[in-house]
Amino acid sequence: MSAKIFEVDHLSLHYLTRFGEKINAVTDVSFSMKQGEILGIAGESGCGKSTLVSGLMGMCIPPLYPTSGDVRVNGESLMNRTVEDIRANVLAQKISMIPQGAFNALNPVRKVKDIAADVIAAHQKSGSSVSPKEIYERLCERFDLFGMDTKRVLNSFPNQLTAGERQRSVIGISTLLNPQMVIADEPTSALDVSTQKEVIRMIFDLLDKGIFSTMIFITHELPLLYHVADNIAIMYAGEFVEMGSAEQVVKDPRHPYTKALMNAMLSTEQSQRTRKPEAIEGAPPSLKQTIVGCRFAERCKVACPDCKKNTQLIRMVGDRLVRCDYAK
Amino acid sequence: MPNSDIVFSAKSIVKTFGAGKRTKVAVDNVSFDIHDGEIVSIVGGSGCGKSVLAKIMLGLYTPNAGEFLYRGHKISNLKDHWNEVQSVFQDPFSCFNQFFTIRSQLEDSLNILKDKPSKEDVQKRVDAGLLAVNVKPSDIEGKYPFELSGGQMQRMLLARIFALRPKVLVADEPTSMVDACVRANILDYLMKLKEELQMTIIFVTHDIGLANYVSNRIFIMHEGKIVNMGTPAEVLDDTKEPHTLKLLDDIPEVHKTEWIRKRH
Repeated sequence: MSAKIFEVDHLSLHYLTRFGEKINAVTDVSFSMKQGEILGIAGESGCGKSTLVSGLMGMCIPPLYPTSGDVRVNGESLMNRTVEDIRANVLAQKISMIPQGAFNALNPVRKVKDIAADVIAAHQKSGSSVSPKEIYERLCERFDLFGMDTKRVLNSFPNQLTAGERQRSVIGISTLLNPQMVIADEPTSALDVSTQKEVIRMIFDLLDKGIFSTMIFITHELPLLYHVADNIAIMYAGEFVEMGSAEQVVKDPRHPYTKALMNAMLSTEQSQRTRKPEAIEGAPPSLKQTIVGCRFAERCKVACPDCKKNTQLIRMVGDRLVRCDYAK
Repeated sequence: MPNSDIVFSAKSIVKTFGAGKRTKVAVDNVSFDIHDGEIVSIVGGSGCGKSVLAKIMLGLYTPNAGEFLYRGHKISNLKDHWNEVQSVFQDPFSCFNQFFTIRSQLEDSLNILKDKPSKEDVQKRVDAGLLAVNVKPSDIEGKYPFELSGGQMQRMLLARIFALRPKVLVADEPTSMVDACVRANILDYLMKLKEELQMTIIFVTHDIGLANYVSNRIFIMHEGKIVNMGTPAEVLDDTKEPHTLKLLDDIPEVHKTEWIRKRH
């Protein structure tokens, strides 16, 4: 068994608003990843997916604060370190993030090659220097892998590129320094289906070529996750409610929330075409107070009175984890 | 007037942007008729011209060539046109003014109507619109757009449609910014609009699965041209048209065994 390269141990994160309110955005998240694993995280908007990403990178910038727990990369903790330290020693080399909106991630008044050159220059070991020409050659070499018109893309401003080219450039820049692990936060949710497939194909190309090996992929589209991830974790109101292999979670969900999510999906499969996608009624609980009982109880179709009293603990059901006392 | 049940009729319309060498043809020689009470989906990838076509229907663009008629007439007076044809857009936050409360903006939107309702009537219609999308009027009392989530704001846009009761709705990607639960919700409301108000709906999307679920007819667009047109069954099952097949093929779905890599 290969060693765990990334471990998250009972991580909780909270926001402090300027009115002194505490919002518990992420509660008690634990998982670990082996080299070469792809973990998918799914959940509806506002469930804490993006907050978790900040926490996983150790980038707790106020108003976000760590409550408890630990994140370790190769056994080295990322908690209680300064943002500068994390930026200099962890980001882009060990963990790199692919952001959601490619247009917001690229500086609109700079060319793609200049933005990319900054990444290389910023992570040079002190003392050594590389000439701009060398940097440009390295960029060309890397961007050639993506099957794009390298020269044109590198010499364009972000607004001159199509959405797909922009997203691929962002992925290219994020993986320039061959990070061990990539966290992709909804990399395709702003794209149409065909461009989405191109971008996913590019990510898999990079995986095949060994540019990086381990990935956390975050999205709200469960069917997409089924095709991308090895393991899937479902997140609801800041907690993981179910975690198992992609096959198990999507084809045979056990937690009522995962079941409800699957029922909300549309399908073009012939037998499924006329099935009505069912919305989940109600809204997730406010995370400002401490919540007693199951967080999904209010919206759960099979909830019983005890669900609102007993806090559910995540436990093994078969060979997956489920946070529901009644799941079999 | 012949064929009075035709809402939109397009005869080889062309819309281009720019001039000279940089001319970009967004809608290229497109013809169609849309009938009363139909739900028509316009499906295509980004940059295929589907949003431009939607804006032509709203009267926001005029075609460079060809003839585009709304109920047998050219669109001349936009205020009159918007009395009957209304829209829902992709990003609800850019549709509302940040500096006014949501309620006041919903009330103001009724000013477009020719026979302006009385003050009490405006209140009643806005309340009814909000209730139709399952929002208690008291919940948004005094609230500003930035205080609500994306899904709730998208519902506010639909509440506006329920209050205005237009005859035609042009919905340009109303579900592409929201997650699957909210999407199912919004589809519910669109169906309700169609059933309760007998509205004609033009639904613009890149998701052919969604189009299949909601519509009576589907137009597939590619590079400004309508390349395939027909009922959902015709378009999804009996087609050899390559762009339609690609759109179908690119949706990640659980029943597909191989989308990017093999799954068992």
